Amino acid sequence: MSYVTVKDLEVGYDKSVISKKLNFKIEAGEYLCIVGENGSGKSTLMKTLLGLLKPIGGEIIRGDGLEADEIGYLPQQTIVQRDFPASVEEIVLSGCQSRSGFRPFYNKEEKKLARENMERMGIEDMAHKCYRELSGGQQQRVLLARALCSTRKVLLLDEPVAGLDPRVTADMYDLIEGLNKEGITIIMISHDIDAAMKYADHILHIGNDVFFGTKKEYINSETGSSFLDGQKRR
Amino acid sequence: MIETIAMYMQHALVRRALIVGVLIALSSSLLGVTLVLKRFSFIGDGLSHVAFGAMAIASVVNLTNKMVLILPITVISAILLLRTGQNTRIKGDAAIAMISVGALAFGYLLMNIFSTSTNLSGDVCSTLFGSTSILTLTKWEVWLCIILSVAVVAIFIFFYNKIFAVTFDENFAKAVGTNADGYNLLIAIVIAVIIVLAMNLVGSLLISALVIFPALSAMRLFKNFKSVTIFSAFLSVFCSFGGIIISILGDTPVGSTIVAVDVLAFLICSLTGAAMGVNK
Repeated sequence: MSYVTVKDLEVGYDKSVISKKLNFKIEAGEYLCIVGENGSGKSTLMKTLLGLLKPIGGEIIRGDGLEADEIGYLPQQTIVQRDFPASVEEIVLSGCQSRSGFRPFYNKEEKKLARENMERMGIEDMAHKCYRELSGGQQQRVLLARALCSTRKVLLLDEPVAGLDPRVTADMYDLIEGLNKEGITIIMISHDIDAAMKYADHILHIGNDVFFGTKKEYINSETGSSFLDGQKRR
Repeated sequence: MIETIAMYMQHALVRRALIVGVLIALSSSLLGVTLVLKRFSFIGDGLSHVAFGAMAIASVVNLTNKMVLILPITVISAILLLRTGQNTRIKGDAAIAMISVGALAFGYLLMNIFSTSTNLSGDVCSTLFGSTSILTLTKWEVWLCIILSVAVVAIFIFFYNKIFAVTFDENFAKAVGTNADGYNLLIAIVIAVIIVLAMNLVGSLLISALVIFPALSAMRLFKNFKSVTIFSAFLSVFCSFGGIIISILGDTPVGSTIVAVDVLAFLICSLTGAAMGVNK
């Protein structure tokens, strides 16, 4: 059984369907990129997968021992966060909130987990720094460390490199690839089709045409080749 | 001066006012950061007007115990406002403006038509600016204030980490299975309770100041959530205590004196922050 099986899924807001019937599967250890034009419903699909929005039609079936709270999420940054007075450590620790349940404070184990993930992302020396004073790339590392505190299995990333400069972008992709090699399943929304073609093993294209398959199948498909051409011409 | 203070301290009335004032200041400062950052400050403002309307109704029907009416009305309004404000931001804003201005108008209207008091504008003024109400609290009201303040502080401490998580990133919190809507509701109810409490101290027009100024001041100086929260609680207590003492000595209105001290503290914190280069 797959981690996630999506059958005839329709997503959207307030009953207006943004993307039509989607069918795809995500197996453990895969690297899936979701691509498509702006407004094709990529973020909406991700929010539906996370359970933030209810599907309008179809179903999402979780399997292979994947629990609802075992999914890590790297959202796009919000305006609120830009002037939020919080230290790196506080933010990373908040990734443990699903583990702690109704217990009011984080225990030693959770603090250790937060520390390990900060080390994993190379931000342990910034633990007491203020989040809003970090660079864009460092902030993304903090949020990634937080996401890792809530999962060992699946990471959903919504445009993780938006607004980062090329060098930091490359670092970020390396970091994500490293996590995938450690066995974490990656589901990523990307505008960056080159990166999607470089790192992903499966592609989900949504929009007017819907495509799901391996990277090779995508390049050879009509949807894929026309989208890739269009992106190159820009 | 110390003798004068010592003399006033012998009055149970003054001691009571100080105890209640400090507790209200403490509880109202706690959620300030959340309110400011979640863009909830407008809900606080709207609710304070609702509380004024409720107070007017309570005076008109001549309730001896006004809190019994004001508290539930404000809490229910908080829940309703949160519901409407959740999905569409603009609609929520308009709803709050409508409710708050409407409540203010009806409150004043009711007081004008039905009031038996000879000093109507004085009554209205003291409801809006809390001139002396802190010194005229009944024993029952004092106990209610104490119980509610302690409850607010306890709830805040118990849910501190969850409140942080929901304030910092609601979507992430929801995605990992935290009941963010539930915590938002809790925050709204606690805000309503704080507003009703603070109305006794500074009056309904100045409540937002009591909630927001300590948080903003602390954010000028500190960089993490815990320090900001602790410092704003400390600052709020200090300013309220100072404000009450000044108002007793200088015979000034309690509420506006406290808020003036809060504003002063904010200016000092801003200057210190700028000098230390905290917010580059």
